[in-house]
Amino acid sequence: MSDPVLRLENIVKTFPGVRALDGVSFSVMPGEVHALMGENGAGKSTLMKVLGGIHQPDSGHIYMGNHKAVMAGPLEAKAKGIVFIHQELSLAEELSVAENIYLGELPRKSFGRVDWPRLAANANAILKKLNVGFDAKARVGDLSIANQQMVEIARALTVDAKAVIFDEPTASLTDAEKVVLFDVIADLQREGVGIIYISHRMEEIFKITDRITVLRDGQYQGTVETANTNEEAVTQMMIGRKLDLSRNAAHHELGDVALEVRGLSCGKLFHDVSFEVRRGEVLGFYGLVGAGRTEIAETLFGLRDPSAGQILLDGREVRITSPVEAINMGISLVPEDRKGQGLVLGMNCRDNMTLPQVDDLKAGPFVAEGAEIAIFDQYRDRLDIRTPGWRQQVGNLSGGNQQKIVIGKWLSMHPNVLIVDEPTRGIDVGSKSEIHKLLRELAAQGYAVIVISSEMPEVLHVSDRIAAMYSGRIMRSFTAEEVTEDSLIQAISGLGGEQVA
Amino acid sequence: MPETSQHAQNPREGMMATLSKEQIGRVLAKQGILIAFAIFLVAFTIANPKFLSVDNVFSVVRSSAILGVMALGVTFVVISGNLDLSVGSMMSFSTIVVLDLHDTLGPLLAIPAMFAMTMALGALIGFLVGYLRLNSLIVTLGMLSAIHGLTLTYSGGQNMDIADKEGTWFGVFGQGSALGIPVPILIFALLAALLGLVLGKTPFGRKIYAVGGNGTAATFSGIRRARTVFSCYLISSACVATAGLMQASRSLGSQNTVGQGLELEVLAAVILGGASLMGGSGTIFKTVIGVLILGFIQNGLLLLGLQFYVQFVVTWVIIILAVWLDIAAKRGKLWSPIA
Amino acid sequence: MQPGALSKALKNGAIWGFIVLELIFFSVAGEFLSLSDKAFMDFENMLLLLKQSAPIGIIAMGMTIVMVNGNIDLSVGATFAIAAIVLLDSMTWPIFAGLGDWVIPVAWLLALTVGTLLGALNGLIVWKTGVDAFIVTLGSMLGYRGIVFMFNGENPTSHLNWTLVDFAEAQFLGLHTATWFLLAVTLAIWFLMARTVHGRNAYAIGDNRDAAVNAGIRVGPHMMVNFAIIGFLAALSAVVFYSESGSVNPNDGQLYELWVITAVVLGGTKITGGAGSVIGTFGGVIAIQLLRKGLGHIGADTSTVNLVIGLILIAVLFLDRQLNVKGKEELKV
Repeated sequence: MSDPVLRLENIVKTFPGVRALDGVSFSVMPGEVHALMGENGAGKSTLMKVLGGIHQPDSGHIYMGNHKAVMAGPLEAKAKGIVFIHQELSLAEELSVAENIYLGELPRKSFGRVDWPRLAANANAILKKLNVGFDAKARVGDLSIANQQMVEIARALTVDAKAVIFDEPTASLTDAEKVVLFDVIADLQREGVGIIYISHRMEEIFKITDRITVLRDGQYQGTVETANTNEEAVTQMMIGRKLDLSRNAAHHELGDVALEVRGLSCGKLFHDVSFEVRRGEVLGFYGLVGAGRTEIAETLFGLRDPSAGQILLDGREVRITSPVEAINMGISLVPEDRKGQGLVLGMNCRDNMTLPQVDDLKAGPFVAEGAEIAIFDQYRDRLDIRTPGWRQQVGNLSGGNQQKIVIGKWLSMHPNVLIVDEPTRGIDVGSKSEIHKLLRELAAQGYAVIVISSEMPEVLHVSDRIAAMYSGRIMRSFTAEEVTEDSLIQAISGLGGEQVA
Repeated sequence: MPETSQHAQNPREGMMATLSKEQIGRVLAKQGILIAFAIFLVAFTIANPKFLSVDNVFSVVRSSAILGVMALGVTFVVISGNLDLSVGSMMSFSTIVVLDLHDTLGPLLAIPAMFAMTMALGALIGFLVGYLRLNSLIVTLGMLSAIHGLTLTYSGGQNMDIADKEGTWFGVFGQGSALGIPVPILIFALLAALLGLVLGKTPFGRKIYAVGGNGTAATFSGIRRARTVFSCYLISSACVATAGLMQASRSLGSQNTVGQGLELEVLAAVILGGASLMGGSGTIFKTVIGVLILGFIQNGLLLLGLQFYVQFVVTWVIIILAVWLDIAAKRGKLWSPIA
Repeated sequence: MQPGALSKALKNGAIWGFIVLELIFFSVAGEFLSLSDKAFMDFENMLLLLKQSAPIGIIAMGMTIVMVNGNIDLSVGATFAIAAIVLLDSMTWPIFAGLGDWVIPVAWLLALTVGTLLGALNGLIVWKTGVDAFIVTLGSMLGYRGIVFMFNGENPTSHLNWTLVDFAEAQFLGLHTATWFLLAVTLAIWFLMARTVHGRNAYAIGDNRDAAVNAGIRVGPHMMVNFAIIGFLAALSAVVFYSESGSVNPNDGQLYELWVITAVVLGGTKITGGAGSVIGTFGGVIAIQLLRKGLGHIGADTSTVNLVIGLILIAVLFLDRQLNVKGKEELKV
């Protein structure tokens, strides 16, 4: 076998409070499709940013061919032949397909003019290879998301790529489009390009990849030949421990039904969703991104208008049209996007924590700052929030402590129903287990808790019952006793078979 | 690489360590405008001892009061993450209206009537920006033009004068003095104190910072974003009405264009005070400092015998330096990383 | 992110539809209300309209490319005034005394150079300091205006050169000199934005700055060039206008930035950058001038013009929002 096109050696990268990558090594051979797997927060995206020159590793080296390569920035990575197909699109929507494909490298004529014929010819040649149904002149903003992704892929084909990294490329593709994508990958393979393929979808991984490398909590777990392994073994590597299913059953008496939802629908986002949560119970929502879990939470919190169905709180039907109403009815939401939706990063810890009740904490016309500090101190101690003091700007805290501020914010409202969306996304392992413990404790204290998560171990660990969602529907509900990993995976992938959304 | 974040983790250690260049830079940038202001005052006082005399200070603050009152209101709008370019023409409007109504309704009724009319305009802007979520720059730009037209229509293009200038007590807001202090200064000081408390100490003020800092997170925390933005524009228009009252009272007559161009000077004062146009930061105290800096620069340059118009050039340089230093401190680099 | 086909069609064609409406309205209303017996759509009247559009229109072309690039320039009015002073004053300088009428191209060149440099200075500051263009040009608007006043206090600066006046008042193929300049500038900027690498990159930067940076487009120099262009055009506008009038007041050009931005926004340029067209801006300029003239034609005064333009600007923003309104199930934040 020839030399690898790309070799990573002992890459270490730390961020404040998190060791994001801890000695990662693997190599990609020419013509190989190499799967990179791991749960959210395992370090895949950090690794890609190191490869792409966005982050510099603290130690370790990248080799291309036999040469040590330093990626000073995105341009240098591209110049060295490393090309990314991002999950988040980076296109200029107002420009044409051709212009986007050659963004930054438009062919020139005299007087700085764009050489349109050459641009169109080059772009069309690439589009033809991809076998897509749109023209190089089309405006990118008018294309479907899938076609926009094809434009990104087309862009990768313009350079002399040595390694192409696909980051969840099929997330928004239909089956037919996937076939085209896999053909493209096969073409690249034949040309001797090394491919890193990041995906959560086992089926695809086993269909197209040659080897699989698994990361967990920033650590390299090993590389296996795809032909010599199976889904269960890979999942085992990703999760890292034998699942202990017995521990999540509630050991306390459950109370009354706090929240009941009957036939709730919201446009195309989710349909006919029914469930109930009792006091003292943790209900887990599990499913792939886009399955409609977050949207249900947002509807319960008054941020979306349901198109059908009923919401009952303590047996009484309610209509929730705004977060203010939801909060007054005792519903709290720890949102998915901590920085975008959960916190005002420029504000201090105390002000963030008391934000929903600032109207109620009054001394005369003014905010009762003493009462605020008392609340902050109480929840700092209870949640073990590590911060120099309430004056600290929230933006300066680590992810785990930020998340605890958000949780403290809602606990201090003493909600009846606490909804927690992706409670541990992007936070370190220590805080993760603390938050898991806390969620169990809250249930034991009689809160009705809904946990939404994309991480299977998390859902299995904290939930008393699990609702598995696929494509806007609850496919199946499990109790902690009956759930198995296989049945859960089946349910969230539409009963095993690939359904077209 | 890691040392930038260390003090967030171990604050005490960070405090014990000797002050790094970066930290000095940070302090300078944070309090830079105050330090620069202090140096400026000392230097000018040495050059001309009259500079900090009571008379001179009074005259500076007095001539800045109208601009200052408007800047107080605009501070609310800017902190909520929006702009208000209509305050200049709105001030012309309220000046003209109160002068006109003075002769028809009498001063006692004219003032509340003018406040109601001005604040109705503020409410309209607040509705468009807050509830309909239209871009505040363009809305207030449009309102600048529209209110200017409204004023001209109202006045018929004529200057407005009070008929009996000797026989009215109306001049008290612009010309009077109480306890030896000119009334415009009193109004500015009282309003600054009041609005400073509202912004800094009340739940409403807290919500403005939250909405401007991260409107989405504020909504997710149960804050009524639209209502908050609406209220900011209402406050801004009330301040403009007050400024219009002071202007009308000072001259007892006015042109249609008395407030023209003030919107940008007001904004300059607010930015100079350190409020970010992105919203979420700034205080009434800082805005007052910004207003005073503009006032004292103008006065100081005149005392030095320089042309009146030099102040504009100096203001230009100061605004850009102030904002530049502010963002340089935040990114930890003097020059922007733009390629 | 896909706007509906209707919304798009309206967006592209709206300004021309609006112009047609204006023409019909003022023609009909003019029959009943106008004091003169000349028809509104009189040929001479329309030619004059084009000429009167030129000062704002020329600057608006520059504002289009700056706004498409994701920036804004509030200092154009002040740059306009400075260039006017340079133009008129330099013709009286003793060193040029021996040039005769050859002083004209020299004065033009000086004025245009000064405008370009002032624009480039804005761009350089935006690029190098990273301060928002709104603040930078707000500052230089005050600063440049200060320089105007420092030059001659509140007094006007005047110099009439009859050769120049003849040139400015000339008509070629029926169109006035100013109109030719407006058309030439429109064509040149259209070419720049639609046909050159620089123009396409400007769109990309305004549309998705991160993507542009990742693709290796140098954001800073592009922005600086665009600011230099708008500075040049502000000066050109002054050159065209003051060649004829021969006298500049220190307050001249005030509020031009507002008129210009109004025209550009009416023409469909996105305030956040990335979208907009020179042809749309041309429509916006014409629409505003039509409104001014038309309202004058039916006997309304300037006050009504201001009122109507302000309300139309807001109405356009409102309609644009309604056309792109979120679906019912969307997140209410």
